[in-house]
Parts: sequence; C-alpha cells; structure tokens
Amino acid sequence: MANHHTSSNRLWILGLIPLAFAAYFFLQLEGVASGQFLQFSIPWVPDLNVNFSIYIDGLSLLMSLLVLGIGGLILIYASGYMAGNAKIGRFFFILIFFMIAMLGVVVSDNIFLLFIFWELTSISSFLLIGFSHESEKSQKSAQQALIVTGLGGLALMAGLIMLGYIGGSWELSELLAQGQFLDGHPAFPAVITLIFLGAFTKSAQFPFHFWLPNAMAAPTPVSAYLHSATMVKAGVYLLARLYPIFGGSDTWFFTLVIIGGITGMLGGWLAWQQKDLKRIMAYTTISALGILVFLLGVGQKIGTEAAVLFLFVHSLYKGALFMIAGSVDHETGTRDVTILGGLRGKMPLTMVAVTLATLSMAGVPPLVGFVGKEVIYEATVENVDYRVWLTAVAFVMNFFNVAAAAAILYMPFIRSQPADTQLELDHTHEAPWTMWIGPLSLGILATLSFFFVGSELFSGQLIQGATEAVYGKPAEIKLYALPPALTIVPILSIFTIVGGIIFFAVQGRLIKAARAADAAVSRFGPESGYFAGFDGLLAGAASITLFVQNGKLRRYVLYVVVSFILFVGLPLFLNFGALSWRLSPPPLLYELIVSAVIILATLMVTFARSRLAAVAALGVVGYGIAILFLYFNAPDLAMTQFSVETFTVILFVLVLYRLPAFKAITSPAGRLRDVIIAVLAGGFMAMLVLLVTAVPQSQHVIDYYAQSSYPLAKGQNVVNVILVDFRGFDTLVEISVLGVAAVGVYALIRRGVIRGLSRGERGES
Amino acid sequence: MIISWPILAQFFTALFCLFFWARRDIQRILSLVGSFAALASAIGLLLQVQEAGIQVMQLGNWPSFAGIVLVADLFSAIMVLITAFMGLMIALYAISDIESGQEAFGYHALYHFMLLGVTGSFLTGDLFNLFVWFEIMLVSSFVLLSLQGNRPQIEGGMKYVILNMLASLTFLSAIGLLFSVTGTVNMADIARQLEVVAPQYPTLIIALAMMFTLAFGMKSAVFPLFGWLPASYHTPPTAVTTIFGALLTKVGVYAMIRVYTLIFNQLDTLNYTLTALLLISAFTMVVGVFGAVSQFGFRRLLSFHIISQIGYLIMGLAVFTVASIAGTIFFMVHVILAKAALFLVSGIVKQLTGTNDLKQLGGFYNNNMALSMLFFIPAMALAGIPPLSGFWAKFAIIKAALESGSYWIVGVGLFVSMLTLYSMVKIWTYVFMRARPEAYDKPLEPMAVNDRWLRWTPTILIGGLTVLMGIYAGPLMALSTEAAEQLMAPAQYIGVVLGGAG
Repeated sequence: MANHHTSSNRLWILGLIPLAFAAYFFLQLEGVASGQFLQFSIPWVPDLNVNFSIYIDGLSLLMSLLVLGIGGLILIYASGYMAGNAKIGRFFFILIFFMIAMLGVVVSDNIFLLFIFWELTSISSFLLIGFSHESEKSQKSAQQALIVTGLGGLALMAGLIMLGYIGGSWELSELLAQGQFLDGHPAFPAVITLIFLGAFTKSAQFPFHFWLPNAMAAPTPVSAYLHSATMVKAGVYLLARLYPIFGGSDTWFFTLVIIGGITGMLGGWLAWQQKDLKRIMAYTTISALGILVFLLGVGQKIGTEAAVLFLFVHSLYKGALFMIAGSVDHETGTRDVTILGGLRGKMPLTMVAVTLATLSMAGVPPLVGFVGKEVIYEATVENVDYRVWLTAVAFVMNFFNVAAAAAILYMPFIRSQPADTQLELDHTHEAPWTMWIGPLSLGILATLSFFFVGSELFSGQLIQGATEAVYGKPAEIKLYALPPALTIVPILSIFTIVGGIIFFAVQGRLIKAARAADAAVSRFGPESGYFAGFDGLLAGAASITLFVQNGKLRRYVLYVVVSFILFVGLPLFLNFGALSWRLSPPPLLYELIVSAVIILATLMVTFARSRLAAVAALGVVGYGIAILFLYFNAPDLAMTQFSVETFTVILFVLVLYRLPAFKAITSPAGRLRDVIIAVLAGGFMAMLVLLVTAVPQSQHVIDYYAQSSYPLAKGQNVVNVILVDFRGFDTLVEISVLGVAAVGVYALIRRGVIRGLSRGERGES
Repeated sequence: MIISWPILAQFFTALFCLFFWARRDIQRILSLVGSFAALASAIGLLLQVQEAGIQVMQLGNWPSFAGIVLVADLFSAIMVLITAFMGLMIALYAISDIESGQEAFGYHALYHFMLLGVTGSFLTGDLFNLFVWFEIMLVSSFVLLSLQGNRPQIEGGMKYVILNMLASLTFLSAIGLLFSVTGTVNMADIARQLEVVAPQYPTLIIALAMMFTLAFGMKSAVFPLFGWLPASYHTPPTAVTTIFGALLTKVGVYAMIRVYTLIFNQLDTLNYTLTALLLISAFTMVVGVFGAVSQFGFRRLLSFHIISQIGYLIMGLAVFTVASIAGTIFFMVHVILAKAALFLVSGIVKQLTGTNDLKQLGGFYNNNMALSMLFFIPAMALAGIPPLSGFWAKFAIIKAALESGSYWIVGVGLFVSMLTLYSMVKIWTYVFMRARPEAYDKPLEPMAVNDRWLRWTPTILIGGLTVLMGIYAGPLMALSTEAAEQLMAPAQYIGVVLGGAG
C-alpha cells in the first residue's frame, strides 16, 4: 500500500450526514440534561411486547454523540483509506448499516428493540471482520467473533425476557424507575448471570476477550469504529443502563470489579509486548473496557461518574489512535513498530494528532485523559472497604496504558528509524486530508474538553446528565482541569506517568521473557479452551451423526420399533398397577387353532433359511387373518385378504430369482437383541389391544350406519354403503392413490430398470 | 363452499395433467393455472375464516360424525395458504429445474397429487380421512422422489417408503384402537367422547396419544425416527427437495398440534405427554443440528436442519400455552419460507457449478452479489437473526417457554440456535466468502434467460418474504395468536362441527 495514492473519491460527503445528526443531538443536550428526555413509541409486535420505542436520556445522548460524531469522522476517513478498493460501496453500506444499528442500541427504550439492534451490530461486525473475505484469517476471525458474541446475545435474550417478565414491563424507562426490584428474587442470580454473559462477550471481558484482537483482521476504519470506539462499548452501555436495577448488590460489585480488574490488567500486560500497532491498540482497548466494567462495579456516584468520563475520554483517543495506525499502514505499508521510525517529520499533522491522543491516553495534561484518570483514582480511593485493593488494580491498569501510549508515540514517530531494517521510508509523506482530519479533530476535542472540563456544558450537562442516568439519582458533578488541592489522587497520577515511562524505557529487556511466559500460559488460556471446546463439539456432533444416521435401513427400522416400546410401552409399564383390564370370555376352540397357526407361521418366518420359505410362511399368516375375518362376519374383507395374499406370493415367486443371495448378516448377539425388542413391542401392542377392549365403546356411529344404511342410502350391505356413500370421499382419494402408484410403477419400470440403475451419484452411505 | 376449493383445484389440476399425458407444454400451463387457482381459493378461504369463523363442510350432507367433514379453522387456513403459495412458486421453478424425462412420466400430475394430499390433510376433520390424505401424499412423493430412477434415488426412496409405511401402519393401528374406545373417527366427536373416557382411563389414553405421536413423529422426522429424511432428500431435483422440505414434515407437525389441542387435551394425560414431547423436541433439535454442522453437502446440511427446526416446533407445542402455540404457527410459516429459499439457492448454485459439495464451491460473494444476498438473508432468518422472520419465531417460542417456567428446554433451544448460526456461517464461508478452490475452478455454466427468471423469481419472492414477515411481524403474530386461541379453546371447533345438540 505504500505510495499507493488514488485521488480521494467523494464518498466522504456521506460522513457529513452523521455529523449533522450529531450536531442536532448536541443541541438537545441542554434540554435532556434538565430532564426533558426525548421519547417516541409506536407498537411493532404487540403480542410479543415489542415496541419501536425510543428514549433518550443523558447516557443515551452521550453515546449517540459518540456513535454519530466518531462515525462521521470514520466515514470521511474510510473514503480515503479504502480509496481504490473495488468493494468500497459494499464497505460503506455495511458500515452505515452498523452505525444505524449501534445508534439503535443506545436509544432503545424497549428491551427487545435494544436486543434486536444489539444482534444487528454483531452481524455487521461479522461482515466487516470478514470483509477481506478470501483470506482464511478473516473468515476464522469473523466466525469466532460471531460465535462468541452470538452466544452472549442468546444468553442476553433469555436474561432480558426474564427481567421484563419479572419487572412487569418491557420498557427500560419503566423498569429502571422501579429501582432494585430484583433484589431477593429467586431468579436474581440467573437473570444477572445471563445479562453479564451478554455484556461480557460483547465488551470482550475476560475470559471472552480473545475475539477482539483477532477482529483486527477487519479494515482499520472498522477496528477504529466498531472494535474500539463504539460496538464493544455496547456491553458497557448495557451494564451502565442496568445499574439502577443491579448496582449495589454484592454480586454486581464483586463480579464486575474482579472481571473488569482482570480484563484491565491482562489487556495492559499483553499490550506492551505487541509489535503490531493495531494489536497494541486492541489489547489496550481490552484493558480500557476492563477499566470501564471495573468502574461500574465500584459504582456509587463517583464510580459511575468515573465510568462515564472515561468512556468519553477513551472513545476520543482510541478512535484517533486507530485511525492513525491505519494512516501509518497506508503510507508505509507496515504496522510493525519495531521497524518504523522517524515519521514525525514526514507526517506532521498526523504527528500532532498522535501526540494529543497518546497524551490523553497516558493521562497527561492538558488533555481530558488527565481528568479521567484523576476521577478513576478518586473513585477507588473513596471506597471505604477495599480502598487499597481497588486503587492498586487501577494503578496497574493505568500504568500499562502509559507504557503503551509511550510506545505508540515514541517508536514510529519520535525516534529515528532503526538502521538495520529493510523498510524504506524516504518517500513516505502525509496521508490525504480525509485521513488526518478525523484523528486531529478528536485530538483537538480532547484538548478543548480539558480546558472546558469545568464548564456547565461539559461537566454540568454532558457528564452529569449521563452520570445521573446511570446512577439513577440526581448527582452534582464538578470537574476540575487541575486538582484543586494536593491529595493522594494527583500524587498517584504522577506516579503512574513516571512509572509507566520508566517501564517503557526498560521493557525491551523484559519482552522476551514475557512472551515466553505468555506462550506457556496461553495453552491453558480461554482461546485454547474455545478452540478445544468448539472442535470437540464438532467432532462429537460428527460421530453422533454417523452413529444415528449410519445409512442402514434396518438400523432405522430398529429405531422405530424401539421408539414404539419407549413411546407406547413405557407409560403402560409405569402405570401397570393402575390399568383396568377386562377378562374377555374364554376363547373358542377355532379361535385358538387359527391363532396358533398364525403364531407358528410367524415364528417360521423368522427362522426361515430361504426367501421362498419366508414368503410361504407369511402367506400362511395372511390366510389365517383372513379366516379370522370370516369368523367375524366380514366375508368381503376376507375375500380381499385372500386375493392380496395370493397375489403377493405369486408376484414374489416371480421376482425371486432376480434377488441377491439370501444371507444372514446379523450376529447372534444382534439377533438376541432383536428378539427381545420384537417381543417387547409385540407384547405392548397386544396389551394395548386388550386394554382398549375393556373400555365400553360408544355405539352412536355404528347405530347410525345400521339404521340409515337402507332408508337413507338405499343399500343393504352396510360396509358397501360406508365405502361408497357415507365415506365415499375416502374411497375417491384411495382410488387416486392407486392411480398414482400405477404411474409410479410405470415410470420406475421404464426409467429405472431400462435406463439403468448404474447411472448416478453416490448414495447416502 | 369455498373450503373445498383448494382441494378441488389441486385435484382437477392433477387429473387434467394426466389427461394430457403426452403434452408437456399443456401440462406446464395447467400446473401454473391450477396452482394459481389454488392460491386464490386459499386466500379466499383465509379471508372467509377470518370473517365468519370456523368453516365446516359435511360431504354428502351426512351428519358430521357419520360422514366425512372438512373443517377450516385459522390454523388450517394459514397452512393451506402457505401450501398453495409454495405450490405456485415451486411449480414455476420446476419448469426450469425438472428435466423433460421426468415431465414425460407425469411429474406435473404427481406434483399436484402430492399437494392435494397436503391440502387435504390440513382441511380434514376426520382422523381416518387424514390417513387417506397421508397415503396419497406418501405414494406421490415417493414416485416424485425416484422419478429420475438413478441409484441414490432408488436407495433413498426405499428407505423413504418403507419407514413411511411403518408410520402409516402405526397411524392406522392407532386409529383402530382409538375407534375401539370412542366408536368414531370424527375428530370433534372423538374429543367429545374422550372428555368422559380419558379421566377414567388416563394411562390407556396416554398410550394412545403416544402412539399417534409416534406415527406423526415419523412423518415429521423427529428423533430417532428421522432416518428416511437425510437418506432421501438430497437425491431428487431441487424443486422436489424444496417442496418436500417445505411441506411434508410440517404436515406431521400439523397433525400433532391438531390431535394434542383437540383430542388429547385432558389434564389427566397432558402431564405425561407434554413432558415426553419436550424430551423428544430437545433430542430432535440437538441431534438434527449436530447432523447439520457435520455435513459438507449443501442440500444434506439443509436437510438435517429440517429435523432440527421440527424440534423447535415440537418444543412450542410441548410448552402448550396460547403464546407458545402462536409462536409455533409463526415458526412453521417462517421455516417453510426460509428453508425453501435456501434450497432454491442451492439449486441455482448447483446449476451454475454442477455440484452441491461445499468443498468444491466458492467465490460467489465475489462474482455474484445478488445470489449472495439471496442466500445470506434467508440463512440469517433461519439462524434467528433479527429483524427477520426467524427471530420472531424463535423469540416467541423462547419467550413463551421462559414465561411458563420451562427453563432447561430454553437452554437447549438457545444452544441449538447457536449451532444453527454456525452452520449457516459454514455454508456462507465455503460457498460464498472464500475463493473457489483451484482444483475445481472452472467457469460457471451459462444460464438461459428463461431459466434465469423461472428460478430467480420464486427465490426472490420467497426470500423476500422472510424479510417482510419480519417487518410485518406485528399483524402476522396477531393472526397466529388468534389461530392459537382457537386451537387452545377447542369447544368452539367441536360445537361448529357437531352442531349445538351434537
């Protein structure tokens, strides 16, 4: 991509639309901050309690501003970054689709509407990670991200349904107004677990964090927008949103502080070891998401305030940094920090932007990141019970961020290019305007925010409005650009920055050992677990399928008979004592004889050593049944049965010589199994028949036939009248069945036998 | 009476197609005109039922319990409508897809005989008559399946016909046993008799209910009775697979819903039977989707998905609330559309490349954006991604299950939903995203203009409906809920069929 310049196309104009919307939202700030929330609702699927309802309070407004503002800058950026790519139209389409979905997530009032948009962000993320669709890495990463976030999404769906069901409302505004209504409810652990699963997978919390660095396979504008500034914040947003319901419980505090803390520290630890600019940023994003979750766990007014402020701070600097990483890649052809250097003079505007962004990341004045870090420390220091622990965790997380910020600023930009690399940077120059305007704007915004941090607009409306929405109660926010008094907090800040820079200076010596340690641990890490679990699942699925669907008809028939025993036999067996039997009158002699013949013939079929014997024995069974028909006064049925049996035997004998040799293919054990199954199934069927005869049968239909047959239908044979009149329709359809069968036989003979069975593809097995 | 029109339309179309045995061109026109007539009358029927309530027709004017009755409640009317719609769409697709060799052996007549069986099953109010409809459905589908007469078709067809005959045998025996208890085969009449009998003989009625479950379970391909489906569904032409996959198993589910809501709905028996159904649904969902994720044949993968989705439908039935049954009805219509759209896409892919083997495919995202979208949208619908039809279907059933406290089955359902998504992504990755493997990279077969619109029109219409169903989920879910309310309050049905005095 180095020196690859295509004249910027006009797609950047699209970026102005979200910016215009952002401006509109910005104008609403004062009203929303004073409690005039924007609301709108129309029913969508009332039977499922889904309304298209929008509710914009301080938190939604802050998120919307980030989604639209950064989104607009990203679109402008992407018009430069993707210039010359043949699929740029598709790219913009999905990106804008995502933007709308993300906006939907943060403004939805109805919890299911929120969920719908939530899923749409996952799908657009899938399409964008897999944008370079022919690369196997993209395919794998896209699939992984979709599965991890999709799994969380399903858990979230269940959690939201339960939340709304218990709360008696499906609108967030109404649920939140009820406060901590779930406390003490037996379903509380289930609901909170399911919702945590949704939020943690989406926001890449440990142990689900691994999909996020892999998502960097997406084009850089996507990484900047979805996987840093907005989509991954959806989980954080959801947690913040539900703070009034769950916040304050011990489960909430410990889960979020521990998971957030681990994520924050782990992300930081992994970040400094990376060589790829985008991967450094991916891990610091994980770290930042951890910090946010951690802060929401700490909770209370100051914790939620810190979370809201840091959310804002992080989106600004990380969005900028990702765009810068893309610009570096675009202009130099690499993102490897170990071989880059000396870009400060070649890309001066980008240099300004990266300086502002990294300083904000490191928490150095005069950037708003400094204030963010101060408030984080205030939040941990104010916690009475766990002050030391929380502060220590926050310190570690911040400290790594400083080190990473130093690396991003120093290695590609400030230092001269290392002498021993092959990379040739002489002709590298500044990126096109579309690509520096975004990072520079965000950097300037971070600076302005610092200087106006105490203003009514910033702290009184933007941050206070969002904090009150999270905290659920009025909260007076006062922010100071520089600490008004020298407490422990600014001292911690100074230590963090100094410590981070010292660490960065010596990290070169640690990096080998650290990577080796990581490699050793990662074999037991969650990503290995994901692959092992998923591959294991697929392997299990394949072997179960092979067992169940083994291609053998006799196996399938076996399943049917066994199912008969399970379906029909089991209830009889379970309630055997409660069954009511009727002792039938003792059988007459001829009944006994005919039955004995039928049973003997049946046994003969199973023992027969040739097909002919089996067919003959089957014929005997049929004749026996026909004789029974005769005894029960049904001569026409008996006649039919006699003819069918006779023809069957004759037909069979005719084709017998064409059939393959008769072989016993089952083992003795298999035959024993079959005997048991057959006897059980037959036994239950016989039982059922006996049971049925114990129930007195209603005679109203039979009586009607007997009485009406002659007077109404003019027929003396009731059976005939039933067949051709009372139920003549059945007969009509049955005749059609015969017609169809005839067509089938004709076609099979003409096409199947003559045109050759040998043609065709492989069969099932 | 408008209730018989959808049946008559299919019946006479089939008959006239037989009359013009040697004239394929006339048969094609007849098939389209007949399908259109069936669709129009199905629409009329649904409107009529919505307007005037449950419709009944006593054939031969005999009293309901003595003769045969056709009954159309909302559920029936919805199913008849979707059948007629699919019938028309596939009739169109078939003109391009079915070889002249098969047309010469009565393809069009067989096709409409099969649709006749499906339509009749949805409209009959008589248990034995239902059996007869099953028979014509079975025989005509078997012949359609093996009409090309090649080896895999005969092999799959054997399994298909033998296992389905076993199902018929079970069904017939169950009817006989139930007749012995109630003295009638009219469903409303049976229901009325069982109100008295079931509390006295609960175990016996449970066993009979389970016997019907077994018979209909085989028809609808639940675990472990589905062996015939994956063995045969990938062998015939795409048009045949599509109409089978869309409709045949759903008839089994329809019958199950009908007998459980109308006949075996006594509290004494439901405790046991619904638990059994819940277990069946869980196994069916899981084993079906396991089969799907293990496949590398486009159509075989989709075939296994039919099974898995049947599990979802049974789950909705087993939860047995108005909301869950409403979800099931919505799900049924959705899955018919989504699955059909995917099968049709597989047919287009097959025609373009000559294969259905995922391992040999690739490159469509690059060179055919329209086809990619035509796959991606129904695939996402099938995976339950909002706001497409499948999301509402899944959501309705899951929500109903959670609200009735059936937690574990929800866990199973969500797990299966995950794997469904994975399997769709698998096809997407293999056939669309990646480049075609070099070993198989040959130019696509050209498609004639005629073929193109005959195949693309139904595919676009059906796929588009999965989007529209999502957007208009509100009124459609309201309709499903109304249908479910009718099902769950069978007194109305019984009253209309048997008349006030009975």
